[in-house]
Amino acid sequence: MAGSPHRTLAEKIWDAHVVRSAEGEPDLLYIDLHLLHEVTSPQAFDGLRAASRKVRRPDLTIATEDHNVPTTGITGPGVPLTGPDSPVTDPVSRTQVEALRKNCAEFGIRLHPMGDADQGIVHVIGPQLGLTQPGLTIVCGDSHTSTHGALGALAFGIGTSEVEHVLATQTLPQVRPKTMAITVDGALPEGVTAKDLILAIIAKIGTGGGQGHVLEYRGAAIRALSMAGRLTVCNMSIEAGARAGLVAPDEVTFAYLEGRPHAPSGAAWEAALDYWRTLPTDAGAAFDREVTLDAATLTPYVTWGTNPAQALPLASAVPDPGSFADPATRTAAERALTYMDLKPGTELRDIAVDTVFVGSCTNGRIEDLRAAASVLRGRRVAPSVRMLVVPGSMAVRAQAEREGLDAIFTAAGADWRSAGCSMCLGMNPDKLSPGQRSASTSNRNFEGRQGKGGRTHLVSPEVAAATAVTGHLAAPADL
Amino acid sequence: MEPFVSHSGRAVPLRRSNVDTDQIIPAEYLKRVSRTGFGQGLFAAWREDPSFVLNQPQYAGATILVAGADFGTGSSREHAVWALTDYGFRAVIAPRFGDIFRGNATKAGLLPVVLPEAAVTALQDAVEAEPATEVVVDLDNRVVVAEAAGIKAPFEIDDYTRWRLMEGLDDIGLTLRHVDDITAFEHSRPAFLPVTG
Repeated sequence: MAGSPHRTLAEKIWDAHVVRSAEGEPDLLYIDLHLLHEVTSPQAFDGLRAASRKVRRPDLTIATEDHNVPTTGITGPGVPLTGPDSPVTDPVSRTQVEALRKNCAEFGIRLHPMGDADQGIVHVIGPQLGLTQPGLTIVCGDSHTSTHGALGALAFGIGTSEVEHVLATQTLPQVRPKTMAITVDGALPEGVTAKDLILAIIAKIGTGGGQGHVLEYRGAAIRALSMAGRLTVCNMSIEAGARAGLVAPDEVTFAYLEGRPHAPSGAAWEAALDYWRTLPTDAGAAFDREVTLDAATLTPYVTWGTNPAQALPLASAVPDPGSFADPATRTAAERALTYMDLKPGTELRDIAVDTVFVGSCTNGRIEDLRAAASVLRGRRVAPSVRMLVVPGSMAVRAQAEREGLDAIFTAAGADWRSAGCSMCLGMNPDKLSPGQRSASTSNRNFEGRQGKGGRTHLVSPEVAAATAVTGHLAAPADL
Repeated sequence: MEPFVSHSGRAVPLRRSNVDTDQIIPAEYLKRVSRTGFGQGLFAAWREDPSFVLNQPQYAGATILVAGADFGTGSSREHAVWALTDYGFRAVIAPRFGDIFRGNATKAGLLPVVLPEAAVTALQDAVEAEPATEVVVDLDNRVVVAEAAGIKAPFEIDDYTRWRLMEGLDDIGLTLRHVDDITAFEHSRPAFLPVTG
């Protein structure tokens, strides 16, 4: 609550960034880090040029090419964008990437282009470079900016008009959000992952449950998660309608950050640590809403429908739309089952898939690849299945290759790719064809999300790998 | 931004909830580098179905979309707003909106109107019964009126957003009036904060 001596993590970060506050107006919030990619920025730069404005703080801005880039034919730094040797075959994609390069050069913004060792999905490279730090405000023209909240940063997605606003002013007018505590007590059982946890949370509160709120994930099960697991949980906050999700910084956070290229060092590290330790929510601080879950009751979750809240334990059957009391929920379920070509009562484990995708800003980190590889080691991808493994960044790809994970994937019959958003949203050539069905470690099972007419079941990396082996939705314990 | 004071037009009912921005404009249409021309991608997959509501001739030329709850969830793509305005929509009425979509809409001159579920259903019923029903979205008086159908539904919108929309003001211009505050804030930032350069 504003004015209370006891404040939540979100309120502390907010208060520390208010440039200007006036009655009846949104607060003007300072932005510490602005991440850019090629899809949502070109019109913002055009706006700057039209008004003869500059980028106020290029030194707080960083760009990468992730949404459009192909995941094959990336030969290394300097891979050509044009000409017969370019892996980019779609001229419209090429124009968009060219626009980002031109804009970054003109306005003096650091860019990690296709083929660069630090290129990758914008939400994977921020934490990896140590730019994502506790207590920061971070924005990006991408709804999965919520990912960065895993390190205790207030991070949220914005539209292109807001991208232009941040470029020009390094601030954003924002209405103070409400706060929601999501407390997960107990311990996740063996074989249950951060992905299962966030799918269960979204199923519980719904796609609109977090609207207008910042979510703070708390409790023993959250504290026990690795940084990779926390990034997965915060990533999907937007799927529950919340622009931002947060986990309080702790020793896991500090150990993750120490020594990364942009993490403070020496005396600055000590000063930063002192500040970061003041950030966690005060005892006695009040949230506008509180939700609790018991981790011990969770099992692997998968989605059956066309929004991320339409999820159930893998050990369930496709629901009967008639079982939903709310008419809008019932209609949505009927539409979803028609689109997904599923019948009520079908066991989820009996659903056959032809495609498995491991990757994305949700599950494209090294820990996710290790988890998938540990299931695939010594096994084969079913002949009926095409499996794509797309690292979240080129650094993740390099690390996986040092650990020999690429050899496990290729020996199993999976495709080992370069970094990008890839089949999460099908803006590059990695897409589902009409009628194809995937088990995907990404974040959205919307109609056509992975390619027009494609059908998506959201799963964890472990379930994705087991599904690739059996050809139908499965957990590692089923093998 | 084109000012929005009051708009009168015909409405089209979209009886679906959770209309995510991937449905409003699929990713394959996001590759343009301009702000124009996105109307052709509006609801691209759904418009392939001849019976989809936007393909029904009685709703041709409608400028107000009346949709189910949680309209505009998912991706932050402002292209969803540009697709709606490029197609000719000036307002969307729904019981709930995705937060990012709602913010984007008010930046691009598309008015998102939150009405209770019952009022949304009543409007949908009215325009289905008589597609020529005139609907007035009056931002000045914060009310949606369909006089012929006997509907008069007040809505809430904060004073600041209403003022900005009615004046058609550019947010950046407003913020730059306070550039000295921004500079002063920058001088107070701790030295340990990261820079990208």
